[in-house]
Amino acid sequence: MIDLLKDIENRFQTTDSVQQKDRQAFTTVDKGRAIAMVTWLKENAGFTSLTLLTAVDWIEDGVFQLTYILNNPTNGFELGIRVMIDRDGATMESAHHLWKNMQTYQRELKEMFGIDFPGCPRVDEDFILEGWDDMPPYRRDFDTKDYSTDTYFPRPGRGSNDPAEYMKKKMYPND
Amino acid sequence: MDYTLTKFLWTLLGLFIVLNWGMLMSSTMRRIGARVAGRYGIPWYQPWIDLTKLYSMRSQLTHGTMFYIGPVFRLMGGVGMFLFMPMIFGSDLWSNYSFSGDLVLILYFQFFGMLGMALGASEGGQPYSAIGISRGLSQFTTVEVPMTLAVISIAIQYHTLSFTDIVAAQQGGFMHWTVMTNPFATAAAMLSLLGAFGHSPFNLVKAPNEIPIGPPTEYHGTFLGVLRTNGAILHVAEAAMFMNLFFGGAGSWFELIIKTFLIYFWSVFVGTVFPRFRIEQSVVWFLKWPTILGIIAIIIYM
Amino acid sequence: MEKDFDKKALTDMYKDKFLAPENEKRQVTAPDGSIIEIDPLDDYFCQERPKELKPRKGAVEKFLNWARAESLWVLGFGTGCGSIEIPPLVTPRFDMFRYGVQMRPTPRQSNVFIISGYLSVKTLKRAIRSYEQMPSPKYIMGLGSCTINGGMYWDSYNTINRLDHYLPVDVYVAGCMPRPEALLAGFAKLKELIKEGKGEKANEYARNFDWYKANQKKIIKDWNMPDFNW
Repeated sequence: MIDLLKDIENRFQTTDSVQQKDRQAFTTVDKGRAIAMVTWLKENAGFTSLTLLTAVDWIEDGVFQLTYILNNPTNGFELGIRVMIDRDGATMESAHHLWKNMQTYQRELKEMFGIDFPGCPRVDEDFILEGWDDMPPYRRDFDTKDYSTDTYFPRPGRGSNDPAEYMKKKMYPND
Repeated sequence: MDYTLTKFLWTLLGLFIVLNWGMLMSSTMRRIGARVAGRYGIPWYQPWIDLTKLYSMRSQLTHGTMFYIGPVFRLMGGVGMFLFMPMIFGSDLWSNYSFSGDLVLILYFQFFGMLGMALGASEGGQPYSAIGISRGLSQFTTVEVPMTLAVISIAIQYHTLSFTDIVAAQQGGFMHWTVMTNPFATAAAMLSLLGAFGHSPFNLVKAPNEIPIGPPTEYHGTFLGVLRTNGAILHVAEAAMFMNLFFGGAGSWFELIIKTFLIYFWSVFVGTVFPRFRIEQSVVWFLKWPTILGIIAIIIYM
Repeated sequence: MEKDFDKKALTDMYKDKFLAPENEKRQVTAPDGSIIEIDPLDDYFCQERPKELKPRKGAVEKFLNWARAESLWVLGFGTGCGSIEIPPLVTPRFDMFRYGVQMRPTPRQSNVFIISGYLSVKTLKRAIRSYEQMPSPKYIMGLGSCTINGGMYWDSYNTINRLDHYLPVDVYVAGCMPRPEALLAGFAKLKELIKEGKGEKANEYARNFDWYKANQKKIIKDWNMPDFNW
């Protein structure tokens, strides 16, 4: 796996490569070179299977991190590719021409994070939420608890207990 | 009392007995099927409670006149089949309104109910009802083929089209029954009986998890109550028809109850452990061996 | 309720925004060649509000309630994760057929709607449509803590917290998820309620129809179906 990481570091100027397990590694690449690298990995290095495309919200740094996880079925290698994109006006080149199921992942990211993938078919359709008009809900500045308290009537008198404290009081009431 | 009035009242009493016996028989069969599966099953009085609940629904909706008439046609099919068939041989009062050509009329009534249901259910506007109707009618048409061949063979054998005469010709002991004198016709008819009673493996049309239950999808409340009432009457009437044609008729109500139970049990016995056939499979099945047996039965008596 | 219900205003507000194309007013060619104008929301769907249907009096109603309680037909619509506890009821160990409870596939023929587990906004829209298609008298059983106070998903942006503000509930069964024995106990309690004559929540839905509809429309923002769904 180290050879592969060195190879792509030379080709695509990747940074922060780390091998986490025997067959699992992560690496970071620029936004402009990301799709080219993914295409090269699919065609030339045998990573023909897409496992996941997801995003992480680094609100302190002001970036979204898109993570493409690719899998090589012949030798079981798994490579995660981190791409950092801007948080305001987040867009990314669409990769739906490589794998058909990329459309669904990109649709989900558009609805939940607000990351646009121009050119991807059906990217504007509703994924899970119907008629949603608020901020994309997976962003960290969306307060889901406040939204739920305002929109859905919470039942008063709902309380929470710490399980350890509760059981201690119940079983040893005299302490 | 006037003879016409007496006969009418006895016929109504016969209808009442048949209705209750049909409901008891259906719950017993469901309990038997449940015992095969290791459960207890529904209580024996459940069909009565279901009917009470259905007739007491407070709100109902209708899709037009044909929607109303559909279940009525179906009930007419069942009641008509009962009305023109002699139940107890040797008793004039329990012979309902049978006459000398009633064999053909009974066959007509058997199919008539299904057609009326089809018209009513398609008025409901449910697309699933339409699919269910096309399946049900195509299956029932092929079920009728070996049945009609067997009936024609019997008509040729006994030179008559009247139920009472056919039953009279079978009296005199076990060896005179049609099952002994004309086994091919009996075999063809008993195989087509599996399709007529609508149990596994031919219950694709009415099974609850097949395109939500086919033709009765949109029917609810009183409509469904009428359909279920008809179901009870029709099953007993069909079993009684088989009893009269092939198994020597009944001399008393007790004999009728035993024989119809055993005939109905034949279809449950076959079906409890079989999965369902698809419609194209069942259509092909009915047109193979049962039809061949029916044709052999006609050729023998030609 | 006898006061005027401002149906037109409420429907118009949502009609412009989210009307499905097949429900719009348009002109079509009839089979005989003439051009006619159709308005599906007026022509094809019922325009009457749900009515309160009073029970009969005395011993007759007691007998009918007994029959309704002994023959509960459940709609086979598993709305959430709790519906995994319903198939065990059909197995020999918990056999629910002994108690007269049967599953039916269509809302037209069922009496009980079991809302099992959390109810997301998307499912609520379909559940409303199914519930309003059931004939009266009808009962709802809320399964799990999510229907009572939001349960595990109380702070989610997509699930409701209190079911009885959107649909009238007869009996709640607490748990996450309640075991099949708890479900059977819930059925027993529902039977007790029906036999006492307290299973009239469908009438309560008809009485407070505006309030329920306003709550529903507050969270279902793409209301592209008629107001009254039967």
